[in-house]
Amino acid sequence: MIEATGLTKHYGRTVAVDNLSFTVSEGKVTGFLGPNGAGKSTTMRMILGLDRPTAGDVRIDGQHYWDLHQPLRTVGALLDAKWVHPNRSARAHLRWLAAATKLPKRRIDEVLDLVGLTAVADKNAGGFSLGMSQRLGIAAALLGDPKVLLFDEPVNGLDPEGILWIRKFMHKLADEGRTVFVSSHLLSEMAQTAQDLVVIGRGKLIHQGTVDEFIAHATESTVLVRSPELEKLGEYLLAAGAGISDDGDALRVSGMDSPAIGELAAARQITLHELSPQVGSLEQAFIQLTGDSVEYRTVETGRLAPDVAASQEERA
Amino acid sequence: MTTLLATERIKLFTTRSPWWSAFLALGLTIGFAALVGLNHNGGPLTVEHSQFGMQFGLMVVSVMAALAITTEYRFATIRATFQAVPKRTSVLVAKTAVVAVLAAVIGEVAAFGSWVTTYAIDGGPEMAITTGADWRMVAGVGLVYAIASVISVAVGTLVRQSAGAISILLIWPLLVENLVQLIPGIGDDIHDWMPFTVAGRFLNGTGPDAPMGPWASLAYFAGVAAVLLVASLVVANKRDA
Amino acid sequence: MSVLNAERIKLLSTRSPWWCALLAIALPVGLTALIASQAQIQPGDAGNGVYITQMLSSLGRAVVLVMAALSITSEYRFGTIRSTFQVVPHRATALLAKTAVTAIPAMLIGAAVGFGSWAVFQAINSFPELALDTAQDWRAVAGQVLVFGITAVLALGVGMLIRQTAGAVAVLLVYALLVEGLIGLIPKIGDDIQHWLPFFAADRFLGLQDDIPQLRDLPLGPWGYLAYFAAVAAAVLAAGILSAQRRDA
Repeated sequence: MIEATGLTKHYGRTVAVDNLSFTVSEGKVTGFLGPNGAGKSTTMRMILGLDRPTAGDVRIDGQHYWDLHQPLRTVGALLDAKWVHPNRSARAHLRWLAAATKLPKRRIDEVLDLVGLTAVADKNAGGFSLGMSQRLGIAAALLGDPKVLLFDEPVNGLDPEGILWIRKFMHKLADEGRTVFVSSHLLSEMAQTAQDLVVIGRGKLIHQGTVDEFIAHATESTVLVRSPELEKLGEYLLAAGAGISDDGDALRVSGMDSPAIGELAAARQITLHELSPQVGSLEQAFIQLTGDSVEYRTVETGRLAPDVAASQEERA
Repeated sequence: MTTLLATERIKLFTTRSPWWSAFLALGLTIGFAALVGLNHNGGPLTVEHSQFGMQFGLMVVSVMAALAITTEYRFATIRATFQAVPKRTSVLVAKTAVVAVLAAVIGEVAAFGSWVTTYAIDGGPEMAITTGADWRMVAGVGLVYAIASVISVAVGTLVRQSAGAISILLIWPLLVENLVQLIPGIGDDIHDWMPFTVAGRFLNGTGPDAPMGPWASLAYFAGVAAVLLVASLVVANKRDA
Repeated sequence: MSVLNAERIKLLSTRSPWWCALLAIALPVGLTALIASQAQIQPGDAGNGVYITQMLSSLGRAVVLVMAALSITSEYRFGTIRSTFQVVPHRATALLAKTAVTAIPAMLIGAAVGFGSWAVFQAINSFPELALDTAQDWRAVAGQVLVFGITAVLALGVGMLIRQTAGAVAVLLVYALLVEGLIGLIPKIGDDIQHWLPFFAADRFLGLQDDIPQLRDLPLGPWGYLAYFAAVAAAVLAAGILSAQRRDA
């Protein structure tokens, strides 16, 4: 279990993580979701004691990272697959990690086998593709057979086969009762990998809960209504307590489901041309929630986002 | 070529390294001149006293020039560079030119800055820049820095690796050129043809035993730089980026 | 112990330390052979005795400076320092282990340079003054072991403070090869400052070029100078470790 309380990190005047509190429980894959630059990597580095929190605290099973005895036996992490010496072989990289943790040599062969790197184990890590480097990083994370695993954007830059492999792998690790905490900036990825979510934007906690809760919470269902008497219908809907927004030749109604709208129209004898419930997409939910907390945004994004979301809806 | 020069100028000045180098080179040389001037007693200060620290600036400029190319390899921006301009010779010549101009400017400011500083502390008629030798000693610093920076870019291009290039560029002039003198018999003859030793003679006068006059010494130093530059261009064109 | 073991594997699993070691030994020993082959020494006029065999040791020392600095800065360069601190969260322990594992090979290199230069000179151009008779003679040759070891510690400390290969290497080489020498040029105060500079101290311990008149009134004896050199290195290392503990990895 990982517990963060009031975790804060300033780099000079920049606030990377702002009073962040969350818990990650065992036996599940917990997604750590946020746009690029939201503070995910910084948070992970603080969990591992690499960066010192400006304020607050983070503990693993009640202990600070630096108080763990032989920490690789408790926590394994893959933060950046390229953090290996390019002129050192994959096996040698694992050998020194194992030596510092007093792990038997056969454990190195085991993890190499587990990630499928046995054939290239004696090649220098500098020549590895990104996918191979990720596998080496995962092997290093698994070396001490830890209860807690951290992965920072593990599917970045991987081919579909690699993505599928990592996804399955994490489920397996969680099924074995481990705590798996994996960050991503892609909600669609998290929806397929994680059961729980910790969502942050600009270093602040936006949501913690299950993936389903997050989507339900984030996607406000609306109903699209077309009618030759839109204006009149709008007045009745407002009077009945619904929220409406003008969508060109249609109305987007919130706070009232489609049967209720249909009955109201029938009672007022208003002709309807269309009455269709709209289900928000995951990405739309994500954008809605983190909308004002994106660190780097192109000028157009704010305007384009709804259209993009809408086109995704159409396809769905 | 003007576009290339502009590109390389932008690349150089949009990192902090040239500013740091200029700051360090000027601070060290002028600071050292001030230290010498302030502590001097017995006999008037001469032009030579003001230039005691020129080697500080020379080393800083050498490192800066080597980094200008090795960091491109380090961050793999060299690929982007060669992708934008496939004519590698032009790119490297443009880079060398920009670095050399910066080195020359740093050299002149350092040399005249040092001279002005010492003059202000205790200037007498001996501090006046009058003879050709005086002018070479002060104004020549920029030329030496510029040529040294060409050597650095060439070595950096050949080695492609910061630690290696810097080690060679510092250990060579500061240690190797002096240690060869220790070889009995032939040591002094070899020493006479060592490039940085020869460059020093252009600045400080040649003495009776030197094989060449001051301007020939400068030409020799420039010749060494040109040979290294050509070698680096040939290698850069042959190798994968 | 396990931490030392990990550092040993790290050091020996890349090739660059081997190349550095080879260079650090071959350069001074090879050039000493060249000197020996050319030297024409009349019996009795070799006033410098065994020192003449050690004149090029500074080349090996310069390479050790670079090697030791690289051993820490390359960890920052490739991000492996984070893995190191992840495996051994007590940074002082991790860095002291690295210091030990770097200083010991440096001492071996020092032994190879000291005795290698002496032996190669003896083999090519033997004369009686080269015999290792006095304590002073032994200091000049065997003393390289300690000087190279302490040099590595100093370089590691600087590497931990600067964390950046180019910067650390440049600072170390410019300081060792240029600054210490140029400071002597400052009138009046120059000599007094120079007497307290670390590599000057190391050379006084070895007793190199001891017969120069400026070196008569020194504040410390040879062993005092060694202790001083070691103290400076220890202080720089302590500063390096402190800074590594305080900063984010």
